[in-house]
Amino acid sequence: MRKRVIFNDKGLPYLLLAPQLAITFVFFFWPAGQAIWFSFLRQDAFGIRTTFVGLENFVELFQDPLYLASAWNTVVFSFWVTLVSMAVALGLAVLADRHIRGAGVYKTLLIWPYAIAPAVAAVLWIFIFHPQVGLLGRFLREIGIAWDYKLNGGQAMLVVIVASAWNQIPYNFLFFLAGLQSIPKSVLEAAAIDGASAQRRFWTVIFPLLSPTTFFLLVVNIVFAFFGTFGVIDALTKGGPAKATETLIYKAYIDGRVNLDLGSSSAQSVVLMLTVILLTAIQFRYIERKVHY
Amino acid sequence: MMHGPIDATRLAAAERAAMKAEAARRRTDIVTHAILILGVVLFALPIWIVLMGSTHDVGTIARGEVPLLPGPYAVQNYLTALGEGSARTTRVPVALMMVNSFIMALLITVGKIAISLTSAYAVVFFSFPGRMVAFWSIFITLMLPVEVRIFPTFKVVSDLGMINTYGGLIIPLIASATATLLFRQFFLTIPDELVEAAKIDGAGPLRFFKDVVLPLSVTNIAALFVILFVYGWNQYLWPLLVTTSGDVETIVIGIVRMIGSEADTDWNLVMATAVLALLPPVAVVILMQRWFVKGLVETEK
Repeated sequence: MRKRVIFNDKGLPYLLLAPQLAITFVFFFWPAGQAIWFSFLRQDAFGIRTTFVGLENFVELFQDPLYLASAWNTVVFSFWVTLVSMAVALGLAVLADRHIRGAGVYKTLLIWPYAIAPAVAAVLWIFIFHPQVGLLGRFLREIGIAWDYKLNGGQAMLVVIVASAWNQIPYNFLFFLAGLQSIPKSVLEAAAIDGASAQRRFWTVIFPLLSPTTFFLLVVNIVFAFFGTFGVIDALTKGGPAKATETLIYKAYIDGRVNLDLGSSSAQSVVLMLTVILLTAIQFRYIERKVHY
Repeated sequence: MMHGPIDATRLAAAERAAMKAEAARRRTDIVTHAILILGVVLFALPIWIVLMGSTHDVGTIARGEVPLLPGPYAVQNYLTALGEGSARTTRVPVALMMVNSFIMALLITVGKIAISLTSAYAVVFFSFPGRMVAFWSIFITLMLPVEVRIFPTFKVVSDLGMINTYGGLIIPLIASATATLLFRQFFLTIPDELVEAAKIDGAGPLRFFKDVVLPLSVTNIAALFVILFVYGWNQYLWPLLVTTSGDVETIVIGIVRMIGSEADTDWNLVMATAVLALLPPVAVVILMQRWFVKGLVETEK
């Protein structure tokens, strides 16, 4: 789509585009290209000689049990963060959508945690879960449960899931509420007159009509769990104990920053890029569907 | 026709049914309120604990007393955090971190809005060779969040000697397609007649941009401002890589670095810093809630 009436000027449009294009090329295309190029190279131990190794970095990556373990962590972590944050948000949105007094107040009180950075959210949850200075952590230890998320991998996973889901609920809540409010009241009234119970109305009328919102949020939440939660993990567990909470993005960070393994970290970046492209492609398909909806 | 008694019993039955329905509705309303209040309380609990904890001394918290009521050390804790920082770990004053966070968030916000406005204007209101190439090369950046290409981008920034500079911290985050797409979408709705009228009046493209397009874009700019300010303030992974010195450290980075081992963490200062770290973005979202919701919904279209 474009406009009928336009300005004619030879140089000006390029000048207007220059800043964004320059930044895009220097900090987007150039690094992305480099990542792809380096993922085919290997440096010797001293960083002097580099050789072209084809797909060897990728083959090694997918044979590396540590990489596969972090891929599995990412799947478990993303699954629970997405499920918990979407289920809780949908429940709260359905309640807040009922025509009760103070619905607007609840909305305000439920959306503001969205503004809190994941890393800061993690710091807040330290004071709930920490075995010495946390409210719940101390309570659990007092009643005889060996609670210490810095030693127990399963507990560590639970803690990062709760903190991440908490951080993401407001966003989901807002979109579910908007989705619920766009369902025509006449449809709901018709179902009520037909004698459908509230529960039946929810599963047979509301939930199917919400499916575009649900699907959109599904993709957004997976992307958030993959990449947005770096701060939560870094602040709470640093990927530990014994790599129990090391997700793909955290491993890419450790291998690049700490281990300085250029070939492997580039290959990991490329895998992550492909994952995002896949997720975005799915999302675009959904947007097309929504147009015809 | 039937009169009197039957109508009366019917009426009574209908009344009873209505009252019953009313009572049932009220019961579910109470349950609804109860669950929502529980939700709000659970949401607020971690923040309440930190807010109260930030008014106690370090000993109270380190002993694990987890105070739920305010203590007498509020002024002292916040002044120490702002002025000196955590003496036992980072020694960077939180006031400096906040200034850095403000500079980063504001420059990212203003930068993104500025370059998006001009590039969307060029793409919509001009015809020139390479227009679609330019549009698509911006559009494709939607695909890759900065976290994904973090290492390669870090390498480019370090090759350019921009580590530990505001430029290195901010400029790579300004490249993003969301704002450009939003403005493009909006510019397409500006009626052609306006452009024609401007051309007849002899107004050039820059004049038209300044006098017509910018004033019309104010609500979109406000909505984006809220979203992008929160985005900028909350950045973590990128500043973590690019800043290695306290001079350009942001508060979101600083607070995580303040937490050392159990024995030498100033928990009271960590709590005060947490409050200071979440206050600006939360204030922006609550005070500008209408813009925030608009911005969030529009940028995700």
